[in-house]
Amino acid sequence: MTVVRAILAQPSGAIGLGLLLLHLAAMLLAPAIVPQDPARQSAAAMFLGPSAQHWLGTDHLGRDVLSRVLLGGRAAAMTTAAAALVAVIWGGLAGMAAAYRGGWPDEVLMRLMDAFQAVPWLLFVMLVAAFVGNSAPVLIAVLGFCYGLQTARVARAATLDLVARDFVWAAKARGEPMASVLWREILPNLRNILLVDGAMEWSWMLLWFSALSFLGLGVSPPTPDWGLMIADARLYLTVIPWAALAPMIALSSFIIAINLSAEALGKALGLDRALLRETR
Amino acid sequence: MLGFVLRRIATGVATLVAVTFLMFASVAALPGDLCAASLGKGATQGALARCRAEFVEEGPLLARYAAWAGRAVTGDLGRSLLRRKPVAELIAPRIVNTFALAALAAVIAFPAAVALGVLAAIRRDSPLDLVLSAVTLIGMTVPEFVWATFLVLVFAIWLGWLPGISLLPAGAGLAQILPVIVTPALALAFISMAHAMRLVRSAMIEELQSPYVRMARLRGLPEGRVIRAHVLPNALLPAIGIIALQFAWLLAGVVVVEVVFNYPGLGRLTMDAIADRDLTLVLGVAAVLALIYVGVTLMADLAMLWLNPRLRTLRT
Repeated sequence: MTVVRAILAQPSGAIGLGLLLLHLAAMLLAPAIVPQDPARQSAAAMFLGPSAQHWLGTDHLGRDVLSRVLLGGRAAAMTTAAAALVAVIWGGLAGMAAAYRGGWPDEVLMRLMDAFQAVPWLLFVMLVAAFVGNSAPVLIAVLGFCYGLQTARVARAATLDLVARDFVWAAKARGEPMASVLWREILPNLRNILLVDGAMEWSWMLLWFSALSFLGLGVSPPTPDWGLMIADARLYLTVIPWAALAPMIALSSFIIAINLSAEALGKALGLDRALLRETR
Repeated sequence: MLGFVLRRIATGVATLVAVTFLMFASVAALPGDLCAASLGKGATQGALARCRAEFVEEGPLLARYAAWAGRAVTGDLGRSLLRRKPVAELIAPRIVNTFALAALAAVIAFPAAVALGVLAAIRRDSPLDLVLSAVTLIGMTVPEFVWATFLVLVFAIWLGWLPGISLLPAGAGLAQILPVIVTPALALAFISMAHAMRLVRSAMIEELQSPYVRMARLRGLPEGRVIRAHVLPNALLPAIGIIALQFAWLLAGVVVVEVVFNYPGLGRLTMDAIADRDLTLVLGVAAVLALIYVGVTLMADLAMLWLNPRLRTLRT
């Protein structure tokens, strides 16, 4: 509760969290409140402007834009949240263990992190999505792997900072095995950093995942998705700009909401900013 | 000093080898081979066999990689099966186009980022700083394709000032490209500016709190001189380094922006190659992108070494 209060005490945190809750509520309730079937096409109702029946008009296939916007974030949000979870778990454990153990596992992990910083890794994700398939499990695995390498960097730096502390020395002196030291002494101290890093990661993943959908390599067509909607509506910008603007605003405000909340959470938990990364 | 430079170059080469091997191995691990991928499901056994005899190399992965890398060093990236042209010939004109786009974006973005970042740091927590923070937040969180589509909507459709989507042929030269380069460059510039501005601002704030700044102020130096002569050089150095490190996502952003604007650069070639399953071309583009990245970070490191006297005596 004190953490929530500390988030709300920051203006940007209050805005972010409020916006985030609004988005999450809309996503949860969407199936119950959508005014129309998002997949129903109608040749008679193509390219309609906003009206009482279609608040945001209709798209090039006569589908209701409002219904599609309400439902369009669910697939991306769930896929990227799962991928962020994968990234935090594998990256966090790998970074922690490598930093604690040192030696060749640490060396291998560091080289892997360096190499992946030099690949335009979006290219790697696109390759996998195009050739192995853009099903949710594949995308979760590949996004989780790529971002996990960045989490590993964060976890590694934080662990290196911790292993020199007295309580870790004490645990080692008691003869506790490595797994126990990691699990009981180090992990609890990494929890907050991993939480904030994972939340930040969620926002960046959402950004790139939507770009993948936009390029036709993310969410597959029958499912309504913001990235896909923007890709479709882009071709009819002169006729129905709102069909593009609505998902653009929805997607951007969702990413901003997660990002602001994560940053405020980091401040509320009193994390060292130097340990967190700020970039995509 | 010389040792450091040599070591840094060696690391760059090692990274390049690691990255290209990673891409080579993942392309090799993909289901189906080059011929099955590009000839499609309807290919006859005979066509497949002929194609394989000509294009698919046998042998262990490492040997195949070594052969590929050996040819790549001499500029031979293989032949695109689908496009019936050497890969190097397909990539070369695209590099020029993408370089023009990136250079224009950088020329717009980085001076603005330095000026605004410094201003935001000096007027920390003022309304101006708040507005600039909001601008950075938007620049960092709004996806490239959303921002680019928005620019098309505003400048091409509502205002009608600039052409929206370029309808250039794939082999268009630089002269044809210049009129349509402005909107994509603006899209890219805004996003790079947001990132760079944030870095400059936090580097400036950090430097402004250091003892030597207080010392300079106590000596009675005018504030403008403190900023220009003392704070700025120290703050910009680390900022340059980090900006160069962030080059990887800039390359990813270029891919998306080029697709939105149908701009005939390296990014769109990458997308086309992936969409057509043109594996030789994918590999070639990946290698070139990695080379660009490694080259830029290497140059940034060497530039920092040259600019920062403290690093010159570094013995590592």
